[in-house]
Amino acid sequence: MNVWIEKQKYLIDFTLASLARRKAKNLGLLLVYALIVFLLASVMLFTHALRQAANELLAGAPEVVLQRMVAGRHDLIPPGYLERIGRLRGVQEKQGRLWGYYYDPVVKANYTFMVADDRALAPGTLVVGAGLARTRGVAPGNLISFRAYSGKLFTFSIADILPAKSELVSADLVLLSEADFRAFFDIPPGHFTDITLRVANPLEVRNVAGKLAQQFPDSRPILREEILRTYDSIFSWREGVVLALATLALLAFAILAWEKASGLSADERREIGILKAIGWETGDVLRMKFWEGALLSLSAFLLGYLAAYVHVFHFAASLLAPVLKGWAVLYPRFELSPVIDGLQVTTLFFFTVFPYAAATLVPIWRVAITDPDAVMRG
Amino acid sequence: MIFQPAIIALLLSSLLCIGLLLAATPFAIDLIRNWDLASGSERQLLRERRTYLLSTLLAFVFATQLLALLLFVFNADRMASLFVGAMCAVGTLQANAFGFPALLAQILVFFLAAVWLVINHVDTRAPDYPLLRTKYVLLLCLLPLLLAAALLQWRYFLALKADVITSCCGSLFSDATPGVTADLAAAPPLPTMIAFYLSLLLAGAAALLYRRWQRGGYLVALLSALAFAVTMAAILAFISLYVYEHPHHHCPFCVLKPDYSYQGYALYGPLFVGTAAGLGVGAVQAFASVPTLQSVVPVVAGRLAGLAAGMFAVVAVVASLIVLNSRLLLLAN
Repeated sequence: MNVWIEKQKYLIDFTLASLARRKAKNLGLLLVYALIVFLLASVMLFTHALRQAANELLAGAPEVVLQRMVAGRHDLIPPGYLERIGRLRGVQEKQGRLWGYYYDPVVKANYTFMVADDRALAPGTLVVGAGLARTRGVAPGNLISFRAYSGKLFTFSIADILPAKSELVSADLVLLSEADFRAFFDIPPGHFTDITLRVANPLEVRNVAGKLAQQFPDSRPILREEILRTYDSIFSWREGVVLALATLALLAFAILAWEKASGLSADERREIGILKAIGWETGDVLRMKFWEGALLSLSAFLLGYLAAYVHVFHFAASLLAPVLKGWAVLYPRFELSPVIDGLQVTTLFFFTVFPYAAATLVPIWRVAITDPDAVMRG
Repeated sequence: MIFQPAIIALLLSSLLCIGLLLAATPFAIDLIRNWDLASGSERQLLRERRTYLLSTLLAFVFATQLLALLLFVFNADRMASLFVGAMCAVGTLQANAFGFPALLAQILVFFLAAVWLVINHVDTRAPDYPLLRTKYVLLLCLLPLLLAAALLQWRYFLALKADVITSCCGSLFSDATPGVTADLAAAPPLPTMIAFYLSLLLAGAAALLYRRWQRGGYLVALLSALAFAVTMAAILAFISLYVYEHPHHHCPFCVLKPDYSYQGYALYGPLFVGTAAGLGVGAVQAFASVPTLQSVVPVVAGRLAGLAAGMFAVVAVVASLIVLNSRLLLLAN
């Protein structure tokens, strides 16, 4: 075993020296290779972090949301619905929610107005999301006016700004008291936007939804797991589409690798000819070339992956974000928490190292079978 | 649903592997038919050079297949969140009729590829390519299987639809539903536990004996295969229960989930490597009498036997740790 390791060590040593002799050519290949890894790794790291963020944020969302439909459109819940639900087995808590959208012509963006159920807000005060605060340039204590859909002007004072940590979902959020909300949107008492239900046992969620659908034929239950699944699918799909497009780049890269590996300079040919003349076997040359490929692949992989990590988690994926995140006037600014995932690394390895290895197999063999006399005779 | 990164990677690699194999087949047939080491003709010289390319290429393809199994299972587990009703890889694999056949084919390919790699390794250690014909005949036998595995994978991934309601592992691996999985799941824990440790002990002991005295190579392979089957049954019957700390959850796939800190990989990894090594010991026995391999086979097989014994020991230790650290009491009385 030791002899084997020693032999590989000498081979690697020799390979490194031989790579260093042709710096320009190998550095060029390394850079292109690393760039490919960087591109793919950025896509993967970014979408995975987005998925993770969505998962974490939705973890606290209610398991079931009940919406009333009128002529296929979402409508207000009329009085009495909450009471009619009664006691459903498995439901821990049910609550009517009040929320709506408001178009602000000043910044040409939509806000989400919502009644805060976990914090008591004094009438006339608001808590706003960090995105909104940034665009309107407001700070706690400032006054802000909105013209309601009824035409009346309402003025609120900003009590607080929501923490930037939750910005992915709260960028455009405006929290206000129930009385203010009803006055602003002209919603009579007893009406709600929708109803949320908390179900402790995940296996019961579907049963609860089934019962609700039966009891209220005019309403639709929306499950948290379905929202999560949709997010998962959307992010994976976007990632897949970008990667499928990137396979074209991979193809170009494979052709480049093939060219580089087969276009041997006269120097390299002579080198291999001499090696074989002094007793190297074809297998040894193959092994040396294998180490060359492995060293190049690994360095490119590490380099590209590291660069992608820095790009995604320190520079907020500035190159890719528009494609993968979607777009809006009030787009949330958020820090993604770094996640590295085994499946992603394995997949990335398949995407980059595998085509490179496949493309260089035949050229390497061509090199390895070179006859020493043919080369040295020139 | 093929626009999933891992699926694209798997399909890409299977397409490339099949392409490489098909391109290599005419050369393999030529080698089988016309190989003559004694001849000094130009064609023979070319053939000798081609063997380098072919064996490198095939080693590459088969090594890829080993990795592909890992990626396939990893991906199946992860995609469970995309299907209604799926909690782990079982749901993903049951989403259509091709899931489990594709997995089984991939496992079969894994072991056969490992055996082929061992034979290839032995062959390259001898100066006169004694197993050249055997190697390429084996390749031609393996080709249909690889094609079938790739085809199953394609059919499986292409037919995946997100709106299918699939079933959870609880329904497949419960002791109530009829079928072989249920019979295994319903196996009594204590006898299965004894059988599990006994089979691992036997396989490990046979491997160590082979390493010491170079005897019973076939027995090592047989006992390794047996240990593999019994360990699978044991995972269904009791190890999974200890992992989940739940007396009725028999799923062999949920152990791979992060919720159980990936304990499954610590169990399946050594098991697959050990079994492959054990099978390899048996596979090279047939060539022990070839003159140029007489000194090679015992060395290579001895190393493999050592690896197999070590891996089976790891499986036993990991399983014991799982049982000891669990708060479930299955054998209280």
